[in-house]
Amino acid sequence: MSKNSVHITVNGTAYKREIEPRLTLVDFLRDELDLTGTHVGCEHGVCGACSVIMDGRPVRSCLIYAVMADGHDFVTVEGLGSKDGSLSPIQDAFWENHAMQCGYCTPGMLIACHHLLEENPDPTEEEIREAIGGNLCRCTGYQQIVEAVKIAAQKIHGVNL
Amino acid sequence: MKAASFDYIRAKSIDEVCSALNQGDGEAQIIAGGQTLIPLMAMRMSRPQTLVDINDIEELRGIEVAEKVAMIKAGTRQADVLSSIEIRNNLPILSEALGHVGHTQTRNRGTIGGSLVAADPSSEICLIAQLLDATMIAKSTAGTRSIPANQFFDSAMVTSLKDGECLMEIDFPIWNQKRTGFGFHETSIRDSDYALAAASAQIAIGGNNKCERVHLAVGGATPSPLRLNEVETALIGSVLDDSVIDDAVSLIPNLLEPQSDVHASAEYRRRVTCVLAARAIRDARDRAQGKFS
Repeated sequence: MSKNSVHITVNGTAYKREIEPRLTLVDFLRDELDLTGTHVGCEHGVCGACSVIMDGRPVRSCLIYAVMADGHDFVTVEGLGSKDGSLSPIQDAFWENHAMQCGYCTPGMLIACHHLLEENPDPTEEEIREAIGGNLCRCTGYQQIVEAVKIAAQKIHGVNL
Repeated sequence: MKAASFDYIRAKSIDEVCSALNQGDGEAQIIAGGQTLIPLMAMRMSRPQTLVDINDIEELRGIEVAEKVAMIKAGTRQADVLSSIEIRNNLPILSEALGHVGHTQTRNRGTIGGSLVAADPSSEICLIAQLLDATMIAKSTAGTRSIPANQFFDSAMVTSLKDGECLMEIDFPIWNQKRTGFGFHETSIRDSDYALAAASAQIAIGGNNKCERVHLAVGGATPSPLRLNEVETALIGSVLDDSVIDDAVSLIPNLLEPQSDVHASAEYRRRVTCVLAARAIRDARDRAQGKFS
């Protein structure tokens, strides 16, 4: 089968690769670009671990072939923090609140929660749970994750804790 | 869990799609959002030789609302329809149902037309198309044709679209009766997961408080979404108090032949469908009467 050429921007850097059409975006990010922050979970759109932001909207990178992503702009979990290694508010809140155990779902959760706070700076608990509804966590019971989002929202707005 | 190899065409126009499908001899398939097709390909339940990507075709995207119809281009993202104020104002039942479709991440890619073509038994979009008797407009190298919803869904995951046809647009009728209301209920394992059973109703109430027009359809519990004409007949012309609704939905168990699977038995689906239908009818009635809380 033929190879196709793709040009993709990830976290502000432009990449060009020759790939087979059947390569999923998540495998492309990890294996072609060495961006291994995005995790491969179920590979069929159930777990949300592979969530990335495509043209400003969260999507599942196992449900997009990399060839379809040609010309598009992505942010992965590596793109959330600053270049100096400091954490974004949502990452910091996850760290502070231990909003993870094994950490497998964490990159997807961070992407979903980061996008939620961009769209809705002051989400209710119900809105937080809706926003992470597509992301499975088998460890935390979600409680610390929900708490972390609330704390990140307060921090972003400078509300006293 | 990796797809088999395939060739890839990124189409720039509908004509290019039609000719690629025509040349593909049944082995070429359209990919839009890919939120149903890519999992099927990952599991090797689908192995198209060629994928024809329609995501770049502007003509296949957009929403237009006229007096009696909402025209939605097939490639319009579910998220864009869900956030459309025009759809919420004129076709609120579709907005309500879309809130139950997948998750934010899948709605950002998944398309209205893609869900209809995939024809999953639990699809909320298919249910609303069947409920409102939407019209599907498809194009091929042979020309364009319109397919009413009641002739579109053949069985689970099967539609009456022919090889070589591309779904272009879906026309959802808008009811112009002033006192119109809708109801939508479903049961699933977790929020926004596949519906084990779903029911939707749209009702118009006349000046004498009698039910002037009613559509009722159920999904999830049947291979394809199903209009329940017998129940509609039992409701039409009556004042819809709860006992009338309970009597009407008692007809439902004999009208369904649900499937059993690991998540729910056929008997459970039959029973829960009756409950959901009654709730959908009551909500539709209350909304039509301006009493919905």
